[in-house]
Amino acid sequence: MKKKVMTVDDSRTMRDMVSFTLRGAGYDVVEAADGQQAMSAIATNKVDLVITDLNMPVMDGLTLIRRLRAIPAHRTLPILMLTTEADESKKAEGRAAGATGWIVKPFNPDKLVSVVQKVCG
Amino acid sequence: MDDLSRFKQTYFDESAELLAVAEAGLLRLAPGEIDMDEVNAIFRAVHSIKGGGGAFGFNDLVAFAHEFETVMDGVRNAEIPVSTELVDTLIRANDVLARLLAHAADETEAPAGTTDDTVAALRRFLDKTGEQANEAAQPAAIQAAAGFHPDDEDDEAGIFGDALAAIQAARDDQPAPAAGPVPEGKVRWTIVFRPKAELLLSGNEPTYMLRALRRLGEAEVVCHLDRLPSLRDLDAELLHLSWTVTLLADPQVDRAQIDDVFEFVADDCDIRISAEAPPPAIIPPALIAPAEPVPAAAPAPAANLPQPATPAATTSGAAGAAKPGDGAKRTNGGTGGSDHAGPTTHTIRVDLDKIDRLVNMVGEMVITQAMIAEHLRDLPPGQFQELLEGLEGLAQHTRELRESVMSIRAQPVSSVFSRMPRLVRECAAVTGKEVMLVTTGETTEVDKTVVENLVDPLTHMIRNSIDHGLEGPDERERVGKPRAGTVHLSAAHRSGRIVIEVTDDGRGINRAKVLSKAIEKGLVQPGASLSDEEIDHLIFLPGFSTADQVSNLSGRGVGMDVVRRNISSLGGRIGVYSTPGEGSRFVLSLPLTLAVLDGMVISVGEERFVLPLTNIVESLRPKPADLHGLVNKCDVMMARGEYVRLVHLHRLFGIPKAIDDATKGLVVLVETEDGSRLGLVVDEVLGQQQVVIKSLEANFRRLDGVAAATILGDGRVALILDVAGLREMSRHGAGNGNAPADSTPPSPSLPAPADKSDQRQRQTV
Repeated sequence: MKKKVMTVDDSRTMRDMVSFTLRGAGYDVVEAADGQQAMSAIATNKVDLVITDLNMPVMDGLTLIRRLRAIPAHRTLPILMLTTEADESKKAEGRAAGATGWIVKPFNPDKLVSVVQKVCG
Repeated sequence: MDDLSRFKQTYFDESAELLAVAEAGLLRLAPGEIDMDEVNAIFRAVHSIKGGGGAFGFNDLVAFAHEFETVMDGVRNAEIPVSTELVDTLIRANDVLARLLAHAADETEAPAGTTDDTVAALRRFLDKTGEQANEAAQPAAIQAAAGFHPDDEDDEAGIFGDALAAIQAARDDQPAPAAGPVPEGKVRWTIVFRPKAELLLSGNEPTYMLRALRRLGEAEVVCHLDRLPSLRDLDAELLHLSWTVTLLADPQVDRAQIDDVFEFVADDCDIRISAEAPPPAIIPPALIAPAEPVPAAAPAPAANLPQPATPAATTSGAAGAAKPGDGAKRTNGGTGGSDHAGPTTHTIRVDLDKIDRLVNMVGEMVITQAMIAEHLRDLPPGQFQELLEGLEGLAQHTRELRESVMSIRAQPVSSVFSRMPRLVRECAAVTGKEVMLVTTGETTEVDKTVVENLVDPLTHMIRNSIDHGLEGPDERERVGKPRAGTVHLSAAHRSGRIVIEVTDDGRGINRAKVLSKAIEKGLVQPGASLSDEEIDHLIFLPGFSTADQVSNLSGRGVGMDVVRRNISSLGGRIGVYSTPGEGSRFVLSLPLTLAVLDGMVISVGEERFVLPLTNIVESLRPKPADLHGLVNKCDVMMARGEYVRLVHLHRLFGIPKAIDDATKGLVVLVETEDGSRLGLVVDEVLGQQQVVIKSLEANFRRLDGVAAATILGDGRVALILDVAGLREMSRHGAGNGNAPADSTPPSPSLPAPADKSDQRQRQTV
């Protein structure tokens, strides 16, 4: 069965890029434009991985991660965060919030797929 | 040949366990309070190793085990006081025994003198018992001989402390990477990955990381279970495993790529990565050091010296605890031979208790699932379609889970059967008979407990067949049979049970002799008229033995009654079928598992019963014309052109307000393992259900006609019926066929019908 990845980003370009790359690698992708949308989408979709941007309107990435982790069913859900630069402090913050790992922007498609495989098979 | 080697493997496996038992016991043994159970366990372990070794002609091993055993016997009889040096010597003796076993397993000779010092040390304790007066002068010499520093004399804790520390160290030690040269053009990476327990809570999944490693090359993954808690303490959200990965990769794979796999978890885990390139051609492979230090094996000359236990030997001896990497990968231990746990297998050792807890939990799950199903049964299907489908899935998965769990405990009966050829040879030699053993169905699998408990009964039955059943070669020739008699041992699955048969082509049961013997022993009233079958079954009565002279083989106070008791304690039955002049057939029928069964729930009055599905042929509602009464005995029914005895369950168990007229209720046609049929008159058939077997004997006591109890979906307790037992009850009246062995021997003559009401009273729960 195909694994389902949710990409959460306010930038449509970024969502499309992630979607396109991962669909090409055999994943199903659902999209959300911010943390709030992600929260409601995840209530009706069973996803195997969440890739979220950090800086978003309505609900930012870190809040999304914390909210998800507070739900028992998502305690072990892989969540990757997108960071614009290799910022150690952001990584640490994300990890403290419960992120599984990170992808540094800009990334090439191969890197994205390899990271996704690493955390959700 | 194949069979023999399999048998050997069993012996080595068993011996490894016994060594562990002995060592664990020895490590707890200390001057002062002596736990006799512990001492006996050690003695038995050594004794068993000796006994098995004798069977294979491992003479050195037997000789040494004998010395060891003699000292243990002295300890057991309080002739040899427990001292620190004694314990040390015994521990060393255990190591030597391990080494001898390893040599036996490799089919190599132990170096000459391997046992000398230890034997000398052991004998000194025996000498000492005779001359305790000299004791004061001796200890220094003994300690020196035992390789002890006198300083250690009082330092008992130190000795044990060291031994335990050695175990601990070896346990914590990661197994060394696969020894041997690295193939040309490859690099061998050894990655030790010990994640912290909370790893999963960050959404990281180690399996995917291992998979990522596999993409880099040929990976061999060893999982370490040493941190795995018992099932009860297990937190499913925490990670208790760690891994050692040996990765054979192309040279272009670099360290960064491996580091990258652990990118997100590097801070939270203990990860050690080391690389090993192929050796330059000049260095002989033997000199290549493994990437991580292996506990040094004792050098060869040390065989002549008193050897302190090497950590490796100590660890493998204490194998009761988890051993990292055991069985998955072993180092080449060199000449020290401390490595005695047998060849590589892809198995893990799991404490039986853990599996039993698992089995129990699955059982509870089956009940819970049944309860949910019960509550939701009446929902309108249209509205709750998905829920009902989900429930169906749950039922399906529960069944599969149950089967997988049961299969963990299942073992082929070959482990028992393979012991029999030797037994037959021995018996043939002792009796002077010619015997051919034929076995079939060795691969039939059955619960481990059942397999283990089959050894004694089968041993006895086969001895019995050869000793009593088969004729001597001359006599056989005279009656026109081949000189060699045949004993056929077979196993097969039949209607959800395992059926094991021991058949011989001997003279059959001499009924006249059996009957007169039984009368002589007061087991049967003189003048009682018994059917052939009833006479045959007399041999199962306690204290019965037909051999004219108590022979060396069978007549050692263990009779067929003990066999029957053993079998019945496993929930099994034994039957005998004999034809004079042609031979006898003993049939054992045993349940495959002792935990769960598929049953049909039936109602009788207010009561619910469960019938094992495997016994049920069909259920039908007879017409009055099908029923026939027999005077004073029972009713029979014509079903499918055959007369079948009817059993009214409500009469048998004294249940009020039940349907008596079979034409108004239902008749469930059941069949026993031996193919005889019975019609049970019940009120209603309620439905099929998996039930968890709750032992009635363990919680109450044994009842005739009842195999066990269970809890139904609505929480009610229901009895699981034993069809063969019901048949016996209906034939003889209650309380006869399967009477507990400690009761007075039942009279095989049929009780008068008047007795029945009393018996029935007793049966009412």
